[in-house]
Amino acid sequence: MSRTALRHYRPWTPYLFVAPFVLLMLTFLIWPAIRGVWMSLHNWDFMLPGKPWVGLQNYRDLFDSGSVIFQPFWNGMQNTFLFVLISVPFLVTVPLGLSLLLNRKFPGRTFFRAVIFTPFVLGVAVVGVLFGYLFDPEVGLVNGLLSGIGLPKVAWLSSQPQAWITILITTIWWTIGFNAVIFLAGLQSLAQELYEAAELDGAGRWGQFRHITLPGLRNVFVFVLTTTILASANLFGQPYLLTHGGPGDSTTTAIMAMTNEGLRGFRMGTAAAMSYVLALALALVSIANFLLMRERK
Amino acid sequence: MTTLQDAAADRTTTQPDGGAGRRQRAYSRTRVGPLTYVAMTLISLIFVLPLLWMLLTTFKTETDARSIPIHIMPGQWTLRAYHLIFADAANPVYLWLANSLMVSVLHMLLVVAVASMAAYALSRMEFVGRKLLFGVLIATLFVPGFIFFMPNYLTMSTLGWLDSIWALVVPGAANAFGVFFLRQFFLAIPRELEESALIDGANSWTIFTRIVLPLSKPALVTLAVLSFLGAWNDFVWPVFVLFSPDKMTLAPGLATLQGAYTTDYPVVMAGATLAAIPVLILYVVVQRYVIEGVANSGLKG
Repeated sequence: MSRTALRHYRPWTPYLFVAPFVLLMLTFLIWPAIRGVWMSLHNWDFMLPGKPWVGLQNYRDLFDSGSVIFQPFWNGMQNTFLFVLISVPFLVTVPLGLSLLLNRKFPGRTFFRAVIFTPFVLGVAVVGVLFGYLFDPEVGLVNGLLSGIGLPKVAWLSSQPQAWITILITTIWWTIGFNAVIFLAGLQSLAQELYEAAELDGAGRWGQFRHITLPGLRNVFVFVLTTTILASANLFGQPYLLTHGGPGDSTTTAIMAMTNEGLRGFRMGTAAAMSYVLALALALVSIANFLLMRERK
Repeated sequence: MTTLQDAAADRTTTQPDGGAGRRQRAYSRTRVGPLTYVAMTLISLIFVLPLLWMLLTTFKTETDARSIPIHIMPGQWTLRAYHLIFADAANPVYLWLANSLMVSVLHMLLVVAVASMAAYALSRMEFVGRKLLFGVLIATLFVPGFIFFMPNYLTMSTLGWLDSIWALVVPGAANAFGVFFLRQFFLAIPRELEESALIDGANSWTIFTRIVLPLSKPALVTLAVLSFLGAWNDFVWPVFVLFSPDKMTLAPGLATLQGAYTTDYPVVMAGATLAAIPVLILYVVVQRYVIEGVANSGLKG
């Protein structure tokens, strides 16, 4: 950044410009991040006046199979992990395929791009109740179509693995446009000349894809992969609206377990501890992901 | 980084609607035949048909919406579902609509105002603590949002913002995304304009509001739309901080509606349609800004 010879501001002007944002950041990001740690070290029941210090007990409880929070917490962690594992491959490859299709120049391309992005604009609440109706085991459109062609009805929401499949389909439908648009932008920033050169060298379409498109998309790919893992780990709205965490507690996610404990049960000390353990787990996954995806020679 | 700046630079020199520079750069290797259109149309139907189904359901009777075999068109068109949700005192959907609009507009204004000011200082001014602030801003982007649920719930309680729209308007505005987004754009604006205004005797505030902001319209619109959509669609936080029927917004309200009208799908779909229509209209109008905004977020990496 080249410094201008002219200074058009008084020494305190910059501070006035950043003050409103800094105030918000201190109040709603910095201070709560510290206060959360403090809360996690107490028996912080929102409904009770006394909040006794318990040290690391909340964390110990999370890892102690004899404690009441052990089962809900690890069930939530396990379910979240399972969803990340099954959803991320689809949520990355399906949009990549779509973006390749959209990357060709044809009239109406922008229109199709806009259509595919539409569900994401709607938000999880609309998508959740809509798919709850579509996958209703008795009167839903999906089972209606299945029985129309003579197939048996499927208990989409009340048995496994159907419940996860429903959540997966809903998530793909809702978010596919988001990643597709990011991949498409990545594809369009690739230099045309590389493809022309490859064609001259006799590379086929698969060869061009493997040796130009994929390497060229590496950074975008890592970005999409990372943000998708984090988004899937934050799964909440779809099971909240579709399965209510069931059948049993088989689709109760980590975020649901945490909010049940802290914002329904008001045991906020344990819930804060849960949030830090989950955040740590996600940080480890992100680091592992980064190391794995690093440029390999 | 450069890519985002290039895109920003493109848009300062061309009209806001001109993704023209981008279009020229886009490569086209293969001619597309009718097969591409067939494929694209089929794929588009996957996205359009469920929404059409949602809309059609709202005009059906309850039994019609539950009939097996499925009837695609309403047997008898009725506005019953809409009458019901607007008359239901326990679930005042018209208030939720008003609350959603209020929350989203206020949040949008707050984000744009606060982020643009901070971004201007960070892109144009030297001050002690600038590097530190920048570092802290980057760090906050890596912290997952659920970390703040418990402590911010307490803060809402202290401020008296529980069960009020302020709990949805204000805390989210601390997100650093907008500051980074606008800073990138401001950096691409040529300094000469500001310098000549300075020679004419303008102060920083005048330069910021009269020169920088008007030049940044595309970026400001993009951020405005993204923050409006974010507030409108926010789900997990409002589910827990709003509880009175008259304080609800549409997103958590839909969950309530789903619980109250378990089998009356036309009513639930009418609520969903009401929540969908404003954002769909907004999306149709400013579609390019939304998509370019999201597209650019991936190129930062």
